[in-house]
Amino acid sequence: MTAASGIGARVLRTEDKRFLTGTGRYVDDLPLARATYAYFLRSPHAHAKIKSIDTSAAAKMSGVVNIFTGKDLVDAKVGGLICGWVVKDKHGQPHKAPAHPVMAVDTVRYVGDTVAMVVANTYDEAKDAAEAIKVDYDVRPANVDLAKAFDKGAPEVHPEAPGNMVYDWEIGVKADVDTAFAKAAHVTKLDLINNRLIPNAMEPRAAAAEYDKGTGHYTLWSTSQNPHVLRLILSAFVLGIPEHKLRVIAPDVGGGFGSKIFCYADETMVCWAASRVGRPIKWTAERSESFQTDCHGRDHVTHAELALDKDGKFLALKVETIANMGAYLSTFSTAVPTYLYATLLAGQYTTPLIYANVKAALTHTAPVDAYRGAGRPEATFVIESIVSKAAAEMKIDAAELRRKNFIPSTAFPYQTPVALQYDSGNYPPIIDEAMKIADYKGFEARRAEAKSRGKLRGIGFSSYIEACGLAPSQVVGSLGAGVGQWEAAQIKFNPTGNVQVMTGAHSHGQSHETTFAQIIHDKLGVPMDQIEIVHGDTATTPFGMGTYGSRSLAVGGSAIIKATEKIIAKGKKIAAHLMEASVADVEFDNGVFKVTGTDKNVPLAQVVFAAYVPHNYPLGEVEPGMDENAFYDPANFVYPAGTQICELEIDPETGTTEIVAFTAIDDFGNIINPMIVEGQVHGGIVQGVGQALFEAAVYDKDTGQLISGSFMDYTMPRADNFPSFKLGYKVTPCPHNPLGVKGCGEAGAIASPAAVMNAVHNALAPVGVKHVEMPATPLNVWQSIQGAQHQAAE
Amino acid sequence: MTISVAMTVNGKSVSGKVEARTLLVQFLREHLGMTGTHVGCDTSQCGACVVHVDGKSIKSCTILAVQAEGSKVTTIEGLAESADKLHPMQEAFRENHALQCGFCTPGMVMSAIDMVKRHNYQLDEATVRRELEGNLCRCTGYHNIVKAILAAAPAMKSAGV
Repeated sequence: MTAASGIGARVLRTEDKRFLTGTGRYVDDLPLARATYAYFLRSPHAHAKIKSIDTSAAAKMSGVVNIFTGKDLVDAKVGGLICGWVVKDKHGQPHKAPAHPVMAVDTVRYVGDTVAMVVANTYDEAKDAAEAIKVDYDVRPANVDLAKAFDKGAPEVHPEAPGNMVYDWEIGVKADVDTAFAKAAHVTKLDLINNRLIPNAMEPRAAAAEYDKGTGHYTLWSTSQNPHVLRLILSAFVLGIPEHKLRVIAPDVGGGFGSKIFCYADETMVCWAASRVGRPIKWTAERSESFQTDCHGRDHVTHAELALDKDGKFLALKVETIANMGAYLSTFSTAVPTYLYATLLAGQYTTPLIYANVKAALTHTAPVDAYRGAGRPEATFVIESIVSKAAAEMKIDAAELRRKNFIPSTAFPYQTPVALQYDSGNYPPIIDEAMKIADYKGFEARRAEAKSRGKLRGIGFSSYIEACGLAPSQVVGSLGAGVGQWEAAQIKFNPTGNVQVMTGAHSHGQSHETTFAQIIHDKLGVPMDQIEIVHGDTATTPFGMGTYGSRSLAVGGSAIIKATEKIIAKGKKIAAHLMEASVADVEFDNGVFKVTGTDKNVPLAQVVFAAYVPHNYPLGEVEPGMDENAFYDPANFVYPAGTQICELEIDPETGTTEIVAFTAIDDFGNIINPMIVEGQVHGGIVQGVGQALFEAAVYDKDTGQLISGSFMDYTMPRADNFPSFKLGYKVTPCPHNPLGVKGCGEAGAIASPAAVMNAVHNALAPVGVKHVEMPATPLNVWQSIQGAQHQAAE
Repeated sequence: MTISVAMTVNGKSVSGKVEARTLLVQFLREHLGMTGTHVGCDTSQCGACVVHVDGKSIKSCTILAVQAEGSKVTTIEGLAESADKLHPMQEAFRENHALQCGFCTPGMVMSAIDMVKRHNYQLDEATVRRELEGNLCRCTGYHNIVKAILAAAPAMKSAGV
């Protein structure tokens, strides 16, 4: 190992060269000989019966190879798309699971629902032909407004889910919480909306497939975050292609943020149709399709109450949430507002009693599923908003109230009242550091100076906790997960000494090719340029669960560590033979096996060579070869935590908000590559600020048309919306995984909406504004100020 | 109906037969197989497709292939001097971790080079942030892209590119 490239070093990325020279290979870049191109006809209505589909004119158009509709799938006995997590409601009954046909058969349920697939010689020909398909729709009233989804008479999305209720779920004992509220000195109440978001990874979803008639093998290239899981779903539930006859490859993938976890209709169709068409098929979403059909995120309506004693100690928290599932239950949708949301409601605090009730609703909108943070941003937004509101109401400093209620560092492992057991943490030094860097003491002077310029300046805290590194398989299994949550690794040395490391995790921006190589370099002493990290292909990597929930390093990295231990153990036996020593006397350090207390040594590369050319080798005791597999099932979640402080200025004349400073101090446990971790935090912060200030998926409440359906209508965060960020770290290593790591992929997005909105409310409090919903757009803020002024005048 | 089109791409003469509606980005990706230039949207907002046409950055989804007839086009594939010698902007992106998934990167790099030249190699943070208006990135939060461009400006000047 050299300190310059091992664990903790700022190593430049291995993957950069291909991305910087235009030689990355994304799904749409694939050259496939004799390829056809698919275009999907989408529903223009939120809710309609399909009376008929006439494809006859389209079929005659130039270049058209084939057209498929939902009926073809019924005839071929293709299964529906599945939801992989069964949540039991408060009566112990499994959630309502309406059928999710791959393509609509007789009903369309959201704008963008898939109606027909046209395959043609060129993409333009497929698109032209789709325009000629005549669909006779009987348009029905749509159920779009989440707050009214359960109202009597609301249009029903599926007959299998009466009243649009997927589940009515709870955690905690309501009676105990009510008793605590009765004794409270102060109760803070808060109604809030967690705005619906559209993920918008910069690479649109894409799929390509080919079928080998001779062997019956399908190959599906997909923009997937988890190719093995996609293959499992397609094989076991949807298409029935035996797993060993289906290869799924997720090559370079241009961002995911959760939206590429799920099994979608279009990639399913491309795979299925490849054998029918007899030529490869390619499909890439246009951005408008991404807006309409990628699973959306968030979308909660919540009422929360926090009970405090006279000194500001939290006594109990009560939360009621309606969560939007959209028109169908996507792959992990049901788990997001339950086990990834309500179990996080303790935050960093000792709140002894928590009760949460979550009702999941079906609406005539695109399916909603995990999006960067998945449930945890929603939980953090509830907690950190109500804590700051309580501080303002009780006239206690927002930092002081947090500190008063932090779980003390001596209390770990800490059992929360909402199922999770936090493994480690030390919160007070984090907020101290954040306040120092943000110069909290100097804020009032800056506020006064801003006021002299006519600006309203505000500061906001967000002290988040998250549970990531999903997760102990037996725990998630008992909660209804359909899969295990371990990760796999394989370390395969080649005879010449270089090494390929296969992981079941998948990188779509996370930099695994660098981080994982640093681990191998550190543990085995192999030079960085002799290491290749292989991921994203079911044919070449061990079955693994992919990348989401900030799990790749904590779980996938741990599997790699386990495999290195096997390599070293085997290597010791071979080295002992080569050095004519006893195995017990052999130690391994920095790529070299040594006999303790002597100068005898043999480098790993020589041991590897001996393993492949076993002429002088202990064949009676050790198998040839140097190729080890490991599976790692985590003992617990990991619990990154931190504090963000946002400082901003609002122009009351225009309602425009400018973020002037943003500080984030995080505890991610041990850090492998600080450069990469910082990048993850930067991106996360911006996505969270996007939610707070800019982004909103807006459907017309009557027609269900997606109004924010393009980059011209949906405000993406841009470079000039931000200052440079100030970051810092505190480290409490994770005690239950071998690297002591937590997870950094989602933290930024989990914490920042509350930091921003607390700052917005802090800035607007002097002008009498009580509440602003996200996104705090200039219009929204300006109207809030006007409303407060009118109220004051009355 | 197809139309013949000819231009210079990364110093090489190329030609092809395209439909009148074929965009420059389609010509690059689908006809020439140069897939380094990406398509991230359908409304000319994201900037993943930025290339240089006669020395100026342009979103290659906003012009037709036939409009580039006779032009000199430079794409991300044509920037590096050799496999081992990246353009100073590419090098700065690498040094500053200004890319994660890599999808917006070609457009970012092409825009950034043009930005540096238009500002005569002198940029400040506010200018860089404002100038990036036409390029979206969902991974990096722009922080390191801004750093990279600020670092590349003097490097480009001293390298004479």
